[in-house]
Amino acid sequence: MNLLRNIFLRREAGIAVMIVLFCIAVGAVKPQFLTLDSLRIILLLTPLIMIGAMGQMLVIVARHVDLSIGSMLGFSAMVTGMMFKFYPEIWWPVGFLVSIGIGAALGLLNGVLVTLFRLPAIIVTLGTLNLYRGLTYIVSNAKQIDRQFVPSALKSMSQTSPIFGIPWIIFISFGIGLLTYGFVMHTRVGRQIFALGSNPIAAPLRGIAVNKVTLLVFTISGALSGLAGILYASRWGFVNPSNTGSGFEFQVIAAVVIGGVSINGGVGTVLGTVLGVLLLGCVAAALPLLGIPGTTQSAIYGAVILIALLIDRTVRQQGIASLSRARA
Amino acid sequence: MLKKTLLAGLALGMAMATTVAIAQEPVKIVYIGKNTGNPYFDSITGGFEDACKSLGCEFEFVAPATAEATSQIPFIEAQIQRGVNVIAIAPNSPDALNQVLDSAKAKGILVLTVNGDLVGNESHRDATILPVDFTKTGPNQVELMGSMIGYKGDIAILSATTEAPDQNTWIAAMNDTLKNDPKYKDMNLVATVYGDDQPEKSTTEMEALLSNYPNLVGVIAPTTVGIAAAAQVVQSRGIADKVHVTGLGLPSEMRDFVKDGTVSAFQLWSPYNEGWLAAHFAVGVLGGTIKNEVGSTFEVPNLGTITIADKNAMNTQAELTTFDAKNIDEFNF
Amino acid sequence: MSAIENPVVVSAREAAPPRPLWQVIVIRPETMTLVLLILALFGASLLSPYFLDFGYILRSFTLSAEFAMVALVLTMVIIAGEIDLSPAANMALSACLFAFAQQAGIPMPIAIGIGLVAGLVMGAINAIMVIRLQIPSIIVTIGTLTLYRGIAQVIAGDKSIRVPEWFIGVNNVLMAGIPVPVIIFLVMSIVLGLVLGTTIFGRQIYQIGTNEVAARHAGIRSQRIKMGLFLLMGLVSAAAGILTASRLGSVRYDLGLGGELQMVLMAMLGGTYIFGGRGTILGTFLAAWLLVIVSTGMTVANVLPAVQLVVLGVLLVVSIIATNAIYSRTQR
Repeated sequence: MNLLRNIFLRREAGIAVMIVLFCIAVGAVKPQFLTLDSLRIILLLTPLIMIGAMGQMLVIVARHVDLSIGSMLGFSAMVTGMMFKFYPEIWWPVGFLVSIGIGAALGLLNGVLVTLFRLPAIIVTLGTLNLYRGLTYIVSNAKQIDRQFVPSALKSMSQTSPIFGIPWIIFISFGIGLLTYGFVMHTRVGRQIFALGSNPIAAPLRGIAVNKVTLLVFTISGALSGLAGILYASRWGFVNPSNTGSGFEFQVIAAVVIGGVSINGGVGTVLGTVLGVLLLGCVAAALPLLGIPGTTQSAIYGAVILIALLIDRTVRQQGIASLSRARA
Repeated sequence: MLKKTLLAGLALGMAMATTVAIAQEPVKIVYIGKNTGNPYFDSITGGFEDACKSLGCEFEFVAPATAEATSQIPFIEAQIQRGVNVIAIAPNSPDALNQVLDSAKAKGILVLTVNGDLVGNESHRDATILPVDFTKTGPNQVELMGSMIGYKGDIAILSATTEAPDQNTWIAAMNDTLKNDPKYKDMNLVATVYGDDQPEKSTTEMEALLSNYPNLVGVIAPTTVGIAAAAQVVQSRGIADKVHVTGLGLPSEMRDFVKDGTVSAFQLWSPYNEGWLAAHFAVGVLGGTIKNEVGSTFEVPNLGTITIADKNAMNTQAELTTFDAKNIDEFNF
Repeated sequence: MSAIENPVVVSAREAAPPRPLWQVIVIRPETMTLVLLILALFGASLLSPYFLDFGYILRSFTLSAEFAMVALVLTMVIIAGEIDLSPAANMALSACLFAFAQQAGIPMPIAIGIGLVAGLVMGAINAIMVIRLQIPSIIVTIGTLTLYRGIAQVIAGDKSIRVPEWFIGVNNVLMAGIPVPVIIFLVMSIVLGLVLGTTIFGRQIYQIGTNEVAARHAGIRSQRIKMGLFLLMGLVSAAAGILTASRLGSVRYDLGLGGELQMVLMAMLGGTYIFGGRGTILGTFLAAWLLVIVSTGMTVANVLPAVQLVVLGVLLVVSIIATNAIYSRTQR
């Protein structure tokens, strides 16, 4: 156990070092990158990804993957936006319940398909990615929810702050991070997710209700996508049937993989994921500052994912090697 | 006077007689938008629908799910197969549609580009309907910006994609105006950045502009996504008195920003009139009352006399409409 | 034919009495695809009177023929227990390199060669990461999918690169009334179907997918075969990219954007088992037509694209549920 923890430590330290080196390198060219102002920009780029990444981390740890999060985000944001538009008399915080509830329901459906029919999550969620996006168009009649319909109290959550000029939305995202940490480290179910992911065959033998845990993981992923959905409306002020949430899954999976969550299941930490999200945020904030055209962004993301995979693989191999050495 | 009316009536009668086959069946018009869920096209569609109500043509709007270059091809093929008389399209690509539009023309379908043209490939469509004379857009925008900042200070441009043809035409004209018109000699264009018409990317670029150029006093965003993102940044930082944002935007998206003073004025044209004009033109050409030739003119209700300009291009209005706190509630698109 | 394609059941159980032939034929995923195909034809003809025109269906198929070609190879990759999500991005990058080369004045045959080699290299990168470094192919190819298209975007920017007039329009060239891309697809289906169904090499692919460790113990060079499949994938993707360039007359970085989904859909709808070891070329062949007919039928009836997304999503989920059910029945 100690050994595994060392590996984790090393892995997270690695990302932290990467972030620091990256910031110093950018700061050397553009000193204004190392100001509080740009820290604010970086943090404001990350909340949605952070929230999505927490759910995705749990799903990947359980040896599944959820590609439908962008569409779940879009659908729950759209329904919530329509509630704001057509029932403006409803107290706006109810939108949080609606959005999270809808997200959870969609996530549960993913989970049911995966467990009940024993289908691979990647294909199920590839299917529901289309399905939920299509439903988003249908419920909205392909119409955007314009800015004037989104309550200004909701929009100001991304701007006003309770303390230190840090907007509410950032507190929410880090709060979700802390909750996830508590959940995976200090609850029985949280530990069971890891047990299930490390060895799905042994899990039921150890008395883990595999189906229940799987359902839970997908529901959490959906609920967090729903939360990200209403925060999308808060951050950008509108909900569009095609833009909202599209491509979200790639950003989130990139962040999670960079954060050291192993795609083979059973391995991953909240801290690593948070660092992965921050690294992506730093890259996204630095590119325009350096005047690098947006066209290179996707290539850089791809390269970063592949490098993270190589690092992950090297670490894993060394870990296994030292494990077997220890055993011998 | 009487003679003239009589003559016109006679001409009309003859035109109707020769095109009796078309007159019996209503003209079928389809408009293919860039993508679904794009609020801009609701307004153009409204113009088509109202025109078809009064002219008695059939109208349908279709659009692919994404605005990617080739996504419109299956839709054009399907409309050819349906046997429509007119395909009006807002092309997603200036050249990837050439082949399929040619096959539509070969079937005798009237191909119009509405709100965006096949720049450099004009021979693959019959005519184009653009909202304004795009050569005036750049200078108009510079003048509006200048009036907001007292014709002095550092300004920047937040555009769509690096290759967006319309935006690049306007930006070139803005550069030209800033350089050559002595009125704007104290206005200094420090940067042109591209938000790729994505809200997230446009926001990041806007934030980078503000930290890269602390002395910035104005940003021109000649794209509906860009101006909304720029306004959002300015609003959230509460710096509307220091950094002025203007550009081309949709009243429906900008209403809040104008009302709370984040943006004092911005410009656009009427997308509704594009649809209105396109439908009238199409029905006229198929009915034989309008000749699709450079230099010929025709009357359109509410729009007055329209002249077919070089490259078979038509404009719905001469100058951009400026929206501000006083008039924004009069517009519902 | 079905006897040939019936996958080898590696099982130590007692031999059950052989099933009647009609059951062997009827209870197969391809049969399901065929039934869906016929239903889709009926449905589409009811939906729009303009649909049932053979020429139109063929023309519409050319719009997806490039994806369908790649889906055939993808079927083999999935049967071997791997997956490749990068071919659409590969198509874009090799087409960009090809178009760039010919625009720079390099003669057309060499430019085509450059495009194909680029495709091979991309296939090799996937193969090395998956086979030598043992990283799961799903995540490797999500990474390379982003990377390849990203590089295409860096090379071409937002511009489109033109190809010469004479090179444009391979889809308008007809042989016996059938557009050339469709002919290529037909020929590829027959060749790959024979390779997979009747050769030792083909049987080995099934064995790798069913149980790679066992296959290796049985003396099958599984790494070499998988390497070959990824390389073939790269090569065919590049060829498909160049064909697309000829159809469109210009190349942009977003060529074939999202095509990986269609390809996976074709393989899944055709009854290929996502965990490997099962599936046929015939299934994917039928599924390609099914997909084209469903989407064309809805487009020509002016059905909202949103509804099409829903239908495709439902089709995908239903088809894997059915495939799983069929396989779990026949396994018993």
